[in-house]
Amino acid sequence: MKNLFAAFAVTLFTVGMQAQQLPSTTLKTLDGKRVDIKDQISTEGPTVIGFWATWCKPCIKELTAFADYAIDLEEEYGAKVLAVSIDDTRNSSRVAPMVQGQGWEYTILLDENQDLKRNLGIVNVPFTLVLNAEGEVVWKHSGYSPGDEENLAEVVAKVARGESVEH
Amino acid sequence: MNRLFRRLLTLLLLPGAAIAQDSYGGQLHGNFQLDGQWYLRDEGIDPTGEFYPDERFLGQGYANFVYTDGDFSGGLRYENYQNVMLGFPEGYRGEGITYRYLQFKQDNLDVTVGSFYEQFGSGMVFRSYEERGLGYDNAMDGVRVKANLAKGVYLKGVLGRQRFYFEKSPGLLRGVDAEINLSERWHVLDSLGLRWTIGASYMSKYQRANDPFLVLPENVAAGGVRSQLMKGPWVLNTEFAYKANDPSADNGYIYKDGNGFIANLSYSKNGLGVIAGMKRIDNMSFRSDRNGSTIDMLVNYLSPTTEVHTYALPALYQYATQINGEEGIQLEANYRFKRKSKLGGKYGMLVSINYSAVQSIDKDYVATSNDTLRTLQGYYSDPMERGTIPYFHDLNFKISKKVNSSFKYNLTYLNLHYNRSVLEDGLGDEPMLSNPENIKTMDADVIVLETLFKVKSKHYLRNEFQLLSTQDDRGSMAMALIEYSIAPHWFFSVQDIYNYGNPDPDQKLHYPLASVVYTEGTSRFQLSYGRQQRGIFCVGGVCRVVPPSNGVSFSLTTSF
Repeated sequence: MKNLFAAFAVTLFTVGMQAQQLPSTTLKTLDGKRVDIKDQISTEGPTVIGFWATWCKPCIKELTAFADYAIDLEEEYGAKVLAVSIDDTRNSSRVAPMVQGQGWEYTILLDENQDLKRNLGIVNVPFTLVLNAEGEVVWKHSGYSPGDEENLAEVVAKVARGESVEH
Repeated sequence: MNRLFRRLLTLLLLPGAAIAQDSYGGQLHGNFQLDGQWYLRDEGIDPTGEFYPDERFLGQGYANFVYTDGDFSGGLRYENYQNVMLGFPEGYRGEGITYRYLQFKQDNLDVTVGSFYEQFGSGMVFRSYEERGLGYDNAMDGVRVKANLAKGVYLKGVLGRQRFYFEKSPGLLRGVDAEINLSERWHVLDSLGLRWTIGASYMSKYQRANDPFLVLPENVAAGGVRSQLMKGPWVLNTEFAYKANDPSADNGYIYKDGNGFIANLSYSKNGLGVIAGMKRIDNMSFRSDRNGSTIDMLVNYLSPTTEVHTYALPALYQYATQINGEEGIQLEANYRFKRKSKLGGKYGMLVSINYSAVQSIDKDYVATSNDTLRTLQGYYSDPMERGTIPYFHDLNFKISKKVNSSFKYNLTYLNLHYNRSVLEDGLGDEPMLSNPENIKTMDADVIVLETLFKVKSKHYLRNEFQLLSTQDDRGSMAMALIEYSIAPHWFFSVQDIYNYGNPDPDQKLHYPLASVVYTEGTSRFQLSYGRQQRGIFCVGGVCRVVPPSNGVSFSLTTSF
């Protein structure tokens, strides 16, 4: 048991010091194709990954509030936004109608078995990550309160300009 | 086994840590959550003290670690309940490593040993998953193999036992699932603009039986077929499942077989999203212990086809799937009035309507005098006949509009019908059919107005006013909530629910609750003080009953 914790402590320490990449995980697109999350991130600019679900109200608020910022960030910095739904297979049929109704222009991905959510150690949705053009996770945020979208937009702009970001 | 596994994990993690020092190394992710509540004696909500815990303070926590390095991953979870908090299943007692696994992928093969979560299709035949907020966890412990045999052909096989708190289910599960993405195989479909995926699954459980009276089937099989067909904005999903006879505590130990059918059709284009669905379930309780109850050891998942409400008052009356039998429909439409249109205004306006209704299925019971047939069959059901007992209906309208850059509102109206005999007391159809006058129901109209003001950059004020008007159950309630958030760190909230319509004058109570939340990146600390009503707490359509409580609670979550 002691060995185990020692191993974790060492791993934690060493991994914690360097930028994280995304673990390779298979997701589905809205038209049923299987894709690896690693192939979905932008290499031109920052990528925002927002985890959400059709039954999660703060998630929908966040994605709606961020929609206007996302358009500007894409134009200015080539930022890409991936909205990853953790809805299970039954609810995932509600994803496309909801996205249309909300008028979101994000790339929608389905994490039906919540594999990516687990691989990234996410407790609850909403959960937001920002990656730089090298694919390194440079910023993470859990939960949503009104106003967080302003902060997120600032973070994305900073990442695009190559500035360091703090939580 | 446990010891060997831990050693193996240690060995595998150590070189992983060494590699991590290189720039291309592995990744460690994880999370931690700790919850606690100091309970206060409150004679208003709990006159006899039946819900007041002896411990005064209850707390629980867990941590997950997942390490991935290329095609390899491994992880574990430690859980601790000292003692389990009110409202969670009492089976969670003590502490230990409840989840650990190793996984590798190679040449289109993906192998997991240890704990895993998996599902076949929509889950009508098999779904193992967790919902930590509910205390729901039916993780498998065993072996899983996934293979991509040919282009567009995906196979999965599982073998193992399910988690039962700190133990394992008595039954074994073995299952296979095949999914074929026809469009990936035949490009002619693509040229027709069609995308078509079909699938089939089979799950068998084995549980030893030595009942002195009944000859129980030790092997029970279930299977399902499914299809997803897409063309342009249209998507049609259908799934059918069948389960062999499986006498259980849920169905009263009858030998009738079970079946389930779901179908939904959706259309999404140009700001319009519409979905229409129907389903029918007949005797589809499937557990890896035939004597299991509540949320224990469920092999399959039968999600409700009703909308999940998150506003506090309508959330008091949530629907939960009736696994012994139900049929229902759901219609939902979302439409966005465009920016700069007459109704849309400067920023557009979203209008939604949702209708769902669930009722009993047709059941023709075998007379009690016919003992043998009664035990064998229980009842006959005609899928073409409608059931007569309404379980639930919900009709709601929503408008969301951003008026200007600093003001938004959401207005919601709901009409609810809730069968308390079924959803709270768990009464079967037979006693309700014989005594329809004893059925307890709840009919309510609910209005919710939610407003959001931007005070200044990163400062927001959010309000909710809710009114639930009813003559039934606990009577009418009103609620007001004020939240002030300062992004990205602070969040303050105060709310009060006033049960002004309670038929018992002593229960016309206020339920005040105040919270402070501090967020720093992926860490969140919440402190709350106040009263909580008894109610049903649901996540993603699965519910648990929560007793009333009063006290100071905190919650710390972080992930890395």
